[in-house]
Amino acid sequence: MKRSEPANLLTRRSVLAGLGAGFMLVSMPVRADDASVAEAIEAAFGDAPRTDGRIAMTLPPLAESGNTVPLTVSIESPMTEADSVKRVMIFANRNPRPLIATMAFGPKAAKAEFSTNIRLSGTQDVIAIAEMTDGTIYQAQVRVMVTVGACDTLKIRF
Amino acid sequence: MPNTRIRVPKTALKGDAVEIRAIIQHPMENGFRLNSQGTPIPVEIISEFVCTYDGGEVFRVTLEPGLSANPYFSFYLKATTSGPVDFWWKDQDGTITEASAHLEVV
Amino acid sequence: MKLSTLAPAFAVTAVFALAFVLTGAAAPPVTPKSGYDYLTPETRQLQDDDFANPGMLWVEEGERLWSEPAGTSGQSCASCHGDAATSMRTVATRYPAWSQSYGKVINLEQQINQCRGRQGAEPLQYESEPLLSLTAFVSHQAKGLPMSVAVDGPAAQSFERGKAFFYQRRGQLNLSCANCHEDHAGDHLRADVISQGQVNGFPIYRALWQTMGSTNRMFAWCNEAVRAEPHAAGSQEYVDLELYLRWRGQGLPVETPAVRR
Repeated sequence: MKRSEPANLLTRRSVLAGLGAGFMLVSMPVRADDASVAEAIEAAFGDAPRTDGRIAMTLPPLAESGNTVPLTVSIESPMTEADSVKRVMIFANRNPRPLIATMAFGPKAAKAEFSTNIRLSGTQDVIAIAEMTDGTIYQAQVRVMVTVGACDTLKIRF
Repeated sequence: MPNTRIRVPKTALKGDAVEIRAIIQHPMENGFRLNSQGTPIPVEIISEFVCTYDGGEVFRVTLEPGLSANPYFSFYLKATTSGPVDFWWKDQDGTITEASAHLEVV
Repeated sequence: MKLSTLAPAFAVTAVFALAFVLTGAAAPPVTPKSGYDYLTPETRQLQDDDFANPGMLWVEEGERLWSEPAGTSGQSCASCHGDAATSMRTVATRYPAWSQSYGKVINLEQQINQCRGRQGAEPLQYESEPLLSLTAFVSHQAKGLPMSVAVDGPAAQSFERGKAFFYQRRGQLNLSCANCHEDHAGDHLRADVISQGQVNGFPIYRALWQTMGSTNRMFAWCNEAVRAEPHAAGSQEYVDLELYLRWRGQGLPVETPAVRR
């Protein structure tokens, strides 16, 4: 089957130059690297030690569209006034903006669990970091494969 | 005003963990999509979401463009007393959208 | 709603036999398979979840618009059509359809705009929020029912044109719809699995668009993907193509609002 080769999504910045009628300009946003997600995490939590555990993340192992990836985060916590989750921050280490959202549970929350849909710009790790009321910080990390639709790299009008 | 849908069960037993669901219709423009002229469409997002009940917060989100369009959340409130469950969204220019549903606690 | 997973095999076989007998047209060249079957479990789950399915936002908006007076007449859809669950129950299974007043086959969007004219209201634009909402709401009333368009009698020429379009190579990449959606349905194109290109879920919530889209938008997208100049939304070419596609997918249950990637 004849088809032209679309731009490689995995390069940091790729531009397909238009060379005549019919070709479309393709430019992808810069993807983050480990340095920028580390910066974002440090900006939020300083250099406080982070421990693995207490966080269960549910994500599809393979997402057929990076635009709507379901995420469930569940954190073990008694959720009492003295001992509960203060905030949870979700990062994606290759997204153009590594921080995806910040969640907080209030006194009327039954458990530290939520679900939402996130955007992932390609295969990468989703990182959840939870800060407890006593200041301890937990983290969890899950790799998600994101397949790019065959024609998704086209910047077309429709 | 964007459309919203909320799901609060009609009744719950006192002490139950009640699943609450909320979705708001919004493109959550991340600033990377190009219009037909090839220029990026500016960032336009819902920036905050809060659910309150019985005088306190249940769940709060600071949204970023990395969330999908038509942002959806599900979370759990602890049923204490009958009353309204209130939902509040604010977009980046300050516009507020609200919704509410009654929860009967037996 | 599990009808979509239970009904197809039985409904499809029954409709094939019936179609062959009634219309004299040969059965579709491939056993129809919904785009749903080509989705990952997570995407299917999103479609099946009546609350979280983002398309339902448009269905609900359509429900609101259904009862809203429009135009100089001050009439709403409900004023003439009453309860949509009854009056609109089979519409999505039968459109595009021959219109006596227009003298041509028209799609659902054009039918809605014809009604808007009767209300003394401006026609709605393709991909506008109100038109997407109304088509989603009306089509949703037929959810679970098998597609069954008429392609005989006055619709026959439109059907033949739509079929020709489907098999006609076009664009810089010189591909016809059939080259991917018939010859290679089930195969991979990069990381995508190619579907049959069925339209039983339209208007769909497409993850790529992060919003709802009509069949006409999908056709324009596909045409541009092979570097062919798209036709205008509502053009007779696209109406004819949609008629052919609905016939090609006969027996598949309406899934509106479907979620697709």
